[in-house]
Amino acid sequence: MSQQETERPRQQDERLLDIAGLSKSYGTVRANRDISLHVRRGEIVALLGENGAGKSTLVKQIFGLAKPDEGTITIKGDASPVKDPRDAIRRGIGMVHQHFQLVPVMTVAENMILGHETTKGGRLDIDGARAMVRELSKKHGLAVDPDAEVEDLPVGTQQRVEILKALSRKVDLLILDEPTAVLTPQETDELLSVMKELAAAGTSIVFITHKLREVLAVSDRVYVLRQGAVVGEVATADTDARGLATMMVGRDVVLRVDKDEAKPAHEVLSIKDLVVLDDRHLRAVDGFSLDVRAGEIVGVAGVEGNGQRELVEAIAGMRPPQSGSIDLLGKDITKANPRDTHVAGIGHIPEDRERHGLVASYSLADNLVLNRFAEKPFCNGFVRDFDEVRQNAEALFTEFDIRAPGVQTPAGALSGGNKQKVVVAREMSFGPKLLMAAQPTRGVDVGSIEFIHRRIVAARDEGAAVLLVSAELDEVLSLADRIAVIHGGKVVAELPGKDADRTEIGRLMAGDQ
Amino acid sequence: MADPRDEPSDGAPSQGAVATEAPPPVVPEQGAPPPPTGVLGLLVREQSIVVPIVAVVAALAIGAALIRAQGVNPTYAYQSLFSYSFGTADGLQATFEKMVPLILCGLAVVIPLRVGLFNIGAQGQLMSGAICAAAAAHSVREAPGFLVAVIAMVAGILGGAMWASIAGALKASRGVHEVISTIMLNSIAAGLIDYLVNGPLKDPTSAYPASYPAPDAAKLTPLGFIPIGLPIALVLAILVAWMLRRTTLGFQFETIGRNRHAASYAGIRLGGMIVLAMAVAGGLAGLAGSVEYLEIDPYRYQDGIAGSLGFDGITIALLARSSPLGTIPAAMLVGALRAGSSTLMFNTGIQPEIVDMLLAITLLLVSLPIIAKLIFRRHTAKSSALASSWGS
Repeated sequence: MSQQETERPRQQDERLLDIAGLSKSYGTVRANRDISLHVRRGEIVALLGENGAGKSTLVKQIFGLAKPDEGTITIKGDASPVKDPRDAIRRGIGMVHQHFQLVPVMTVAENMILGHETTKGGRLDIDGARAMVRELSKKHGLAVDPDAEVEDLPVGTQQRVEILKALSRKVDLLILDEPTAVLTPQETDELLSVMKELAAAGTSIVFITHKLREVLAVSDRVYVLRQGAVVGEVATADTDARGLATMMVGRDVVLRVDKDEAKPAHEVLSIKDLVVLDDRHLRAVDGFSLDVRAGEIVGVAGVEGNGQRELVEAIAGMRPPQSGSIDLLGKDITKANPRDTHVAGIGHIPEDRERHGLVASYSLADNLVLNRFAEKPFCNGFVRDFDEVRQNAEALFTEFDIRAPGVQTPAGALSGGNKQKVVVAREMSFGPKLLMAAQPTRGVDVGSIEFIHRRIVAARDEGAAVLLVSAELDEVLSLADRIAVIHGGKVVAELPGKDADRTEIGRLMAGDQ
Repeated sequence: MADPRDEPSDGAPSQGAVATEAPPPVVPEQGAPPPPTGVLGLLVREQSIVVPIVAVVAALAIGAALIRAQGVNPTYAYQSLFSYSFGTADGLQATFEKMVPLILCGLAVVIPLRVGLFNIGAQGQLMSGAICAAAAAHSVREAPGFLVAVIAMVAGILGGAMWASIAGALKASRGVHEVISTIMLNSIAAGLIDYLVNGPLKDPTSAYPASYPAPDAAKLTPLGFIPIGLPIALVLAILVAWMLRRTTLGFQFETIGRNRHAASYAGIRLGGMIVLAMAVAGGLAGLAGSVEYLEIDPYRYQDGIAGSLGFDGITIALLARSSPLGTIPAAMLVGALRAGSSTLMFNTGIQPEIVDMLLAITLLLVSLPIIAKLIFRRHTAKSSALASSWGS
């Protein structure tokens, strides 16, 4: 139990958390099967796995949000079941959820004491809370203004509040569920260094992610989950990205996309001085101009919330622009509706496939003609032709490697990657002039990412113009022939995709000129 | 991916399931619990039929207790009710006559339900249809009887469609909730019609406020004990089922109802479709109103012509679990109960309101997902799909 002053002190023997033989099923789906793992004091353990691998289910059981069917969770030698989150907190477990559990209209200090308020003479001890925030943020190097209202804070800072809140309850083990999903590259780097500091001070961290770079940057040990089971445990120092990716999907994955030099031809999409308002009537897209040519992939890189969503919706005809113009092949489509833009030749892979891309209760066959149900050959006049709809689906199943029991399976029953393949198949199958892909691989497993990337490159090579909008810088870097960095609703820089510099783009994305 | 919605798919094999090195044995096909066999399997597979039947049987059982509490033998009571409704020519004709507007009003609720709208306004739409039919029939009363009947029915369809479109347009343009607007429009229709039958459309020869009667030649006289309206209603139920299932229009309605964001993304014009769905629904209710006017004594618009038909339409739509063809048996049940209620009173002294109670209990039971859960607990992939499906 001696505190060694190495670079990262840890006591090799003391197992803070020890999980043995944990299994959990939802219905007949076995989300976790016979999972055994442990976390030592001061150690950062990454849980890596593709979607649906069972990572979230696992941590939910540790935090008392779900009950295991079998197996034991031993926390600091105490193997009694974790009754609920309150019990978990009492025993030194803290969790930062992917979706923050903060009250937006309250201040940081108020959020901090929410749930275990202290009173002074019958009144809420808000001064005490303020002092606590200041003390904690000083101690852990997490600067936060205790009087700021949470809704005014950037996402990265809100996350700090979440972490501080967990720390205020004297946690020994902090669980971070996909903490970087919402952060800018800079914020991510900050978080990673905070994690290292916390671990150095003796806090153990369980870190869920599917981003290999972060795992390699910060963790001591990695557990790789696949189909609910631990398929590998490895010290981070002994592995690399390729090794981890192989473990995740059970085979080699091409992380860089192989593609030939782009051969840009005629101009397909031309956007000039576009202004689009968001739902709050603010100018989300503010003087955006960009051209995309046939046979090239233009990647729009940017931190989420800089107008990408509104830009894509405006091009697709789902959100009328305030001013400016959008031309497709010389035709003005500024005021077009989604039907018109589809007819004009825009294939649109929407950012939110659950909301826009699919009807969960419809069969895959119907989803594959969602925007073409009224076109030949899928109908004869007023009457739908189900034979054609089915044949179309069967052909696309093969071509796009969609894995489902059958074409009549409801879309909602599929995994994220397969759902996305359905959307991609639909939007590519009609030979679009412009393929607009918004976050095309968000929440998709590594195998499907690879497949979708290859298809996007194939669409380019067949002569489509491709507009790729992604918050994943790595995705833009590996796919785009030209990169437009968006910040504050306008293009702040355009660079060639080849040899683009990651840190340079990150800096531009953050708005540094 | 940490989203709780993803949970059931956790650990599913479908994604990237290239198991080169073997993880533990693969789960069977996703979302497919082992199908229960035997009687239970049948119940699970046919739950859209089983749930309403259980609800009706339970309601009749509760009704039996109420009848017993009044000192009447429930078996005898039900027997006298149903033996009149189904067992006599008069009773059968009465049952069929009731069925016509009930089917149409049921359809008027079913179609908006498919679009994700809850039409509470079939009552007002039926009344609008009936008064328009009465006005039209009176203004062309010199024409041949057949023509007058057709014109009255068309006017009724247009009247109901127009009235329902108001709610549709309010929803489409201003986002006004259709439950609120259709309820309000029910009251507005009642008030307006009250004025019309006391003023411009009042038949001066009538002792009480009522419209002019339908010309004799235009009255729809039954063929034997089959009222003319019945084949019309049955054909329309089949047409609506075909429309929803087979046509591009039905696909657009369904898509909006299931995911309106995706519908809008797919280029479906939400506003236009919402107005259209309400108009079609209102047209059906309006037709019900004009058929009431042309088919039922006293062949005029007068207070109470609508009874509670529009609201019975809600019961029927929910009992039919939003299936157009399902409205037929549901309407038959409700029609038989209504038709037999006076015989019940004559034979046993039990007030006809017992039928309202039975229907209310049925509606309550069929709306509650609880029954379904009790029966199908652990055997359904998605119990939420059993809950009544209106709203969003």
